[in-house]
Parts: sequence; C-alpha cells; structure tokens
Amino acid sequence: MTTDSGLVGRAGLQFYGKMCASISHDIKNVLAVINENAGLVEDLCFAAERGKPLDPLRLKRAAADVKAQIRRGDEIISGMNRFAHSVDSDSVQVNLLEIIDLLAAISVRFAAMRGLTLQIDRSESGATVTTSPFLLLNLLWLCLEQAMEASGPDRKVALAAERISGGVCLRFRGLEGLKAAPLGGLSAEPAASLCCALSAEVRADAQTGEILVQLAGGRG
Amino acid sequence: MSEKVLIVDDDKAFLQILAERMQNRGMEVSTAESAAEALKLLETESYDAVLLDLMMPEMGGIEALQIMRKKQPEVQVIFVTGHPSVSKGVEAIKLGAMDFIPKPVDMAELTEKIHQAKASRMILVEKHSQEKIKKILTDKGW
Repeated sequence: MTTDSGLVGRAGLQFYGKMCASISHDIKNVLAVINENAGLVEDLCFAAERGKPLDPLRLKRAAADVKAQIRRGDEIISGMNRFAHSVDSDSVQVNLLEIIDLLAAISVRFAAMRGLTLQIDRSESGATVTTSPFLLLNLLWLCLEQAMEASGPDRKVALAAERISGGVCLRFRGLEGLKAAPLGGLSAEPAASLCCALSAEVRADAQTGEILVQLAGGRG
Repeated sequence: MSEKVLIVDDDKAFLQILAERMQNRGMEVSTAESAAEALKLLETESYDAVLLDLMMPEMGGIEALQIMRKKQPEVQVIFVTGHPSVSKGVEAIKLGAMDFIPKPVDMAELTEKIHQAKASRMILVEKHSQEKIKKILTDKGW
C-alpha cells in the first residue's frame, strides 16, 4: 500500500475544518452566556435607576458565572491553540498521553452530541513516539468516530496509550458494538493512506471491544 | 397576558440566565435541557413560543421541530443557535420553524419575535378552532 499525499492533504483539511467549526460553536456558546450575564447586569441597573434596590448577591453570582465562562473559554481556546500547533512539524517526538488528551479536548462536543463521554486512562504517561502530530490526530479521530459508533450501553469510550514491544499502542476501549458492526471505515481511505504515512496499523478486536492503533519506534 | 415560553438548550448556564432575563420581562418561562424533555412538556402544555437549540445531544433541533409540529401544529419554534447556516435555516423554515436567532442573543430582537410568535399562534389556534366547528357542522349536515 502507498500513501496518497493528495488524499491525505484533503482529508487533513476536512478534519481541520470540522474541528475548527466545532470549536467556534463552543466559543459562541461561551459568548452567549457572557452576553446574557452582561444583559442581566444591565437589567438590574435599569431597575435600580427606577428605585428597585440592587441585590449584591445576584451581582456576585453574575460575576461568578462570567468568570466560569471565561475559564471554560480559556480551556477551549487552549485546546484550539495546541491543535493549531500540531501542524508545525511533520516529525517530532510526541507524548501519546498528551495526544489523546488533545484528541479528547477537540472531540468532546462530537461525543456529547452522541450522548457519550470520553475517558482517558492515565496509568501510563511516558510513552512517546516520533511522528507527525497532526496526521496522528487525524488518524485517531477517524478511529474515534468509529469507536463512538460502536460504544456500549454505558455510553463511554475509554482512550489509553501504552508501550508495546517495538513501538507504542493507542487503544479505544469499551466498544461492545464492535461485535455487531464491522469497521469498514478504517480499512478504506483516507485511513489507509494515513496509516501508510504514519507507518501505523489499525485493527479492531471484537472480542475485547477495542480498536488498536500501533505505531513502530516508540519510546518509554 | 404574559407570553408563555419554553426554552430548550443543552447548555445549562445559557438556559438558566436566559430564562431569568425573560422572567424579569414578565414572561412565563419553562426550560428543558434536551429535546426529549421538551417533547414531554409539550404533551401536557402549550406555549406561545418554543426557543430551540439546533445542535443538542441525541436529538437535534430539526428532528425535535418535526415531532413538535406533529404534536401541536400551531407551535411556533424559534431556533436559537451559534451558527445559523443558510442551508439549515432553509430546511428549518420549510419544516415550519418561525425564525432563527443567532447566539449571542439580542434580547430586544428575541422579545419582538416572541410577541410575533404569540400573535401567529393565536391566529392559527383560531383558524383551527373554526375549521373544527365547520367540520362538526358539516358532519351534522348543517
């Protein structure tokens, strides 16, 4: 099998666009809540000008809500920034736990739309591999899309990274639906070209309910 | 008489603050954090306007709109959404939505649309009542 670089480029752009659109939606939601809190303060001032006493507790709650939304917005933008920098280098040492953290951060809305939660297993934090972070994220996103389709009744997808002999492995666990649904998407394009470009192998194990992504040359 | 409004949004913080501001304007407000919860409320209640988020977990706004229109043909749905695309807007209007409002919300615009929704709904309720009476009279041969 060979890498179709044009196809990988197009798929990458689509992936980037999809994630940016989702992130912008999240930012709009944050702005909407801040806007309503500002509006509420205006409403309270308007009422105070007409003789109704200001309620300091309500003002404090509005300020706390704005701060909470700023924290939420800051988390979203930090994830967006890390995602944007994933295209900086085609070959760099990446920590796999950081990669799955980032994948979860940019995918959380897609999971929520399906009524799913993403859980990260942090038991192994030191596994690294030298690769293209953006292409790896793109491949992992394609796997996650399939994993979300195959999630079990507890509506959770667990993500884990670990060292294996000769490389590293990323796992999507809790996929009870794998027994019923074949994973056609992961053997087709653009996943096939991404696997080739990353020297990665993707396989599904219906018995254990896992999708596994193996990369050669990892370090612990 | 005050407007009776149902707000449906999976963002709890947005839901609560918007409800509070509308209540401060004298409206009677109910809230639902999911389309399923909203549909349950619509089984026993009717509203002058339903403010519906487009993108929600499990059941999105478009699907919810279709079910709402079947349950209550006169229901007036206003979509409140982060990114109102033209294609989604056309689809929603074709399916019977009254309007679209982008987030962050302009309260004056929203209030005006709720007033319009109430007026439109009252016209439809009146029309449906007259049609029912006409049918009863026709069935009885009067």
